[in-house]
Amino acid sequence: MHSFLRAYPTEAKLLAVLVLICIGLSIASPDFLTLVNFTSLLNNNAVNVIWAVGLLVVLIAGGIDISFAVAASVVQYLCVYAFAAIGGGNWAIGFLFAGGFGLALGLVNAFLIHQFRIVSIVVTISTFNAFFGLLMFFSSGRFLYNLPSWWSGRVILWEYQTANGTWAELILPVLVMAVCMAATWVLIRRTTTGRQLYAFGDNPEGARRAGIPIGLMQAIAFGWCGMMAGIAGLMQAHITKEVVPNALVGRELEVLAAVVLGGARLGGGRGSVLGCFLGVLLVAVTQNGLNLLGVSPYAFKMVVGVIILLAISTSNLDPARLFDPRKGRRA
Amino acid sequence: MTGLYRRLFVASGPEVPGLLGFLVLVLVVFGVFAPNFLTGANFGSIAFQLPELGLLTLAMLMPIISGGFNLAIIYTANMAGLTLAFVLKQYGGIDAGYGPFILGTVLAIGVGALSGAVMGAVIAYVGAHPILVSLAMMIFLRGLGEFLTKGGDISGFPAWMATLGHGTVLGIPVPLILFLICAVLWHILLTHTRHGFSVRMIGSNIRAAAYSGLNTRRTLILIYTLSGVMCAIAGILMLSRFNSVRVGHGEALLLVTVLACFLGGVDPFGGFGRVLPVVIALIVLQVLSSGLNLLGANQHLSTAVWGLFLVGVMILRWGAGWISERRRRGS
Amino acid sequence: MPADAVAPDALRFSAISKIFGGVKAVDDVSFTVGTGEVHCLAGENGCGKSTLIKIITGVYQPEPGAAMEIFGQAYAQISPTQARKAGIAVIWQDLALFAEMTVAENIAFETILGNRPRAVSYARLRRVAAAALARLDVDLDLDARLGTLPIAQRQIVAIARALVSDARLIFMDEPTASLTESETDALLSVVRNLSARGVAVVFVSHRLAEVLEISSRVTVLRDGKLVGVFPTEGLTHSRLTELMTGTVISHDVMARDTGGRPEVLRIEGLTRAGEFEDISLTLRAGEVVGLTGLIGAGRTELCHSLFGMTRADRGRITLNGQDLQLRSNRDAVAAGIAYVSEDRLALGLIQPQSIADNTVLSVLRQISGAGGLLSSRKKDATVSHWIKKLAVKIGTPADAVSTLSGGNQQRIVLAKWLATRPKVLLLDCPTVGVDVGARAGIFRIVRQLAEQGLAILLVSDEVPEVFLNADRVLHMAGGRIAHEWDPRRTGLPEMEAAVYA
Repeated sequence: MHSFLRAYPTEAKLLAVLVLICIGLSIASPDFLTLVNFTSLLNNNAVNVIWAVGLLVVLIAGGIDISFAVAASVVQYLCVYAFAAIGGGNWAIGFLFAGGFGLALGLVNAFLIHQFRIVSIVVTISTFNAFFGLLMFFSSGRFLYNLPSWWSGRVILWEYQTANGTWAELILPVLVMAVCMAATWVLIRRTTTGRQLYAFGDNPEGARRAGIPIGLMQAIAFGWCGMMAGIAGLMQAHITKEVVPNALVGRELEVLAAVVLGGARLGGGRGSVLGCFLGVLLVAVTQNGLNLLGVSPYAFKMVVGVIILLAISTSNLDPARLFDPRKGRRA
Repeated sequence: MTGLYRRLFVASGPEVPGLLGFLVLVLVVFGVFAPNFLTGANFGSIAFQLPELGLLTLAMLMPIISGGFNLAIIYTANMAGLTLAFVLKQYGGIDAGYGPFILGTVLAIGVGALSGAVMGAVIAYVGAHPILVSLAMMIFLRGLGEFLTKGGDISGFPAWMATLGHGTVLGIPVPLILFLICAVLWHILLTHTRHGFSVRMIGSNIRAAAYSGLNTRRTLILIYTLSGVMCAIAGILMLSRFNSVRVGHGEALLLVTVLACFLGGVDPFGGFGRVLPVVIALIVLQVLSSGLNLLGANQHLSTAVWGLFLVGVMILRWGAGWISERRRRGS
Repeated sequence: MPADAVAPDALRFSAISKIFGGVKAVDDVSFTVGTGEVHCLAGENGCGKSTLIKIITGVYQPEPGAAMEIFGQAYAQISPTQARKAGIAVIWQDLALFAEMTVAENIAFETILGNRPRAVSYARLRRVAAAALARLDVDLDLDARLGTLPIAQRQIVAIARALVSDARLIFMDEPTASLTESETDALLSVVRNLSARGVAVVFVSHRLAEVLEISSRVTVLRDGKLVGVFPTEGLTHSRLTELMTGTVISHDVMARDTGGRPEVLRIEGLTRAGEFEDISLTLRAGEVVGLTGLIGAGRTELCHSLFGMTRADRGRITLNGQDLQLRSNRDAVAAGIAYVSEDRLALGLIQPQSIADNTVLSVLRQISGAGGLLSSRKKDATVSHWIKKLAVKIGTPADAVSTLSGGNQQRIVLAKWLATRPKVLLLDCPTVGVDVGARAGIFRIVRQLAEQGLAILLVSDEVPEVFLNADRVLHMAGGRIAHEWDPRRTGLPEMEAAVYA
């Protein structure tokens, strides 16, 4: 317990806040602490979590990516045409293509950043505009409904009829989310490459002197983020059963807020998969709770903004200090 | 002659000649290929379109020079527009006179200033990252705006307000006059006042600035307050141009303002940036977009070209740096 | 069997030269370090120390004709990888560690390197790190985030990291520069330990007091040339400074009798818990008071409180007879107190910005004209006035201040503060990173300022500086003032003995 608090102070605090909110909501609303509500929370936020873990890797490596949500839209369009061209496809090909297209778009960012020494925010704001503009231009803003049936058909992994007759179910994106979280966790916690990413984001000059290949680090970070963006795009179209060119633009900043809320640092070197998950969930649970309490849907975002503002205003509070006052004074 | 050139060069900053070169290039290319490009009507339409983006870019400029960001500019502008709209509605809608307009304008500017001041205070006193703080403010203001308008439009303002959005004085569009006044004010503020001086110093090294006796907290609060005021002016202009207010209007311009700043040679790490090159960069962007428009492309292709253009300019700057580095080593 | 075959020297370099753009940065230097020896490489900034290290570690190639031998093996050319494999490690002053990672990961960093991805074994990581720390006889929390450790412990981590890569010869670049007395002691005992295990250590430093006692020999460089190799036994701090600078230190003590002058600043019983305790002193108009002591003695902390950056818990500060309540450094500046920070790079100047802007940074009101707007005419006048007055060598005032040499940068810092027309000037280690010639120039300015009636507190950890340039010398240790000396009565050796005791 103590070691968890020390290694993950932000995550621990976030978890505590989340638990408090959940307790409060389950007292205030009888519908909150139900299986149906929880499964739908997971179903509705799987895409955001997949994006979040992708963005996490970029933030750990000291960069920032504004373009991933738009890249996901681009991937959706490319996929529709690619699947039509090969005569349908299936889930395996779907993941391969979506991940591959996303990876390629991420590598474009990495190449520009590394080759021409341009700051990542400048590059990704450029590619954000370029991707989005080209997508809108070539798609002429058209929606696509002619998705292959394997793609748009709802895949239910698990279902259960509750006592009052409503169905609780988990759909495919939740499984994909879990796999993406696990894969990202393995990458950043369990492989030498992941630890090099942390080191690079923490102290680029120190990493360079130790012989870590900088270009490769950028490629892995932005490539991973792109790949996750592509997979998230695949899942999002699976849920909505249609592809809309401007459906995802604007989501990038919300995901960024959730990831930073989850303990990732703008500037690199810090962040965890658990934190991402909790960050997304905190925002989602708050909205869900307000909805159940009958608060106007227009007021949700307002409250979310206030919560993020409060969270960052108290971010200097270190829970580890509550247990060991000598520690953490010098951080 | 060369002395004069040198003086101009130093006074205007090193980016200006290059950007003017781009402007001439773009004018020549479209002048040759696009019909009706070199006409008064076309330049008139450019002059009417520029101010909206221009004012928002000025609002983004000062935080970026100070090493920060203001991602809340669009919704601050929307909220200010909304404030004015409410006041006008309160006093007769289309029959409202000048009195309510002046009252509404003052209140709108007050709302912009307040949202900025809150951000500035959190950044100054908590030390949180401006991206995160302004992101939270953006989410909050969007929620608040949607809550107040229930997601709809507010329209029906006095007819004389169209002068502000569409009128001309001595053949010069009123919005352009407004923008030029603001740009000149911003230029004076940034280059000839103690505040502007402090903004640049804080952008380079906030601790050293504090050690030298600058009041860094007050400066930070003022930066975001002034940014909010500029947003409010943009919001009022948007109201009068479209004769309506909708929360979310101009959303797509958020990252374009950042793009324009970087194109205008503003240092992404803060400390350096001037109004004149940013204004020229804005003109280049607007001319690009209108030229492409005449060639049959839509706004989306322009967005894409803007993104690619920024990447291109950054690559050229990298190349120029690389060549001068080689020359320096060679000598 | 000859003795040197049993234990070949760790390093045997001779006839090393390096030319940059026609200038000989290193000129025919020989450098030898014995196995397990603790050796000092001494010299002023720009004497060629760092170039020599870069040649030894393979970053630069020497001019032809050099003879290079590492642990008995001759090399025609050395690459950074070869140097590392041969057992050479450098601990740079900035340490190049990773603040967000744990102590264990920083120490065993080598185990996570490599281009082929592998699984990380945290158990192995901890084992390797623990073994390295055990070799140093140091106990550190392996799971602590490095950023939470004090500098001294980070230094230990850097040393342990070098040991993990089987270093047998470790260069330490200015290792004691930011350590307190007890931290330095701890570091030295680690070094003794290393030496006993046959690991050679080379201290690279221009502040040698603490290091002198532990090393057996000193190699001194000056202007790229070898001055000589000297046994440390019997070498004094001042003698070594003479060797390094090449100038016999003038023993003309500048102290004057200032007792009759009016009192400007008076401090009574100033205390800030954990930093300084019960400090009382006076500064008189035109007086230079030296304040010396080791790092961590509370000198800089005292300056910070006098400058309003921190608030003292107890005690009084009076300026010209009036009580001062300093809520921020702006109050201090307004009252007439100026502070030249010891950290010129990060706090003294805004490095990327122009010389002109740095000069007028603290007097923006003075250069404001009509309507509160900054007047470029007044600004230019102020800048050129001070640049001329302090004889700063610059290109144009619009150049970035980072393009100037250390000495000229320090003059810009002085100009910035003198422009505020201060009554009291706090100089915190004003000669750090400034060459010898430039140092004399700075002290000339200090002397002139005193003659114009300014009260100056000159803080320095180099005792000869305050001995020669101050009218009175205060010795601070453990947060308290331990001694007050008159340089005309107390000799330098006595002061040095007390300070470096």
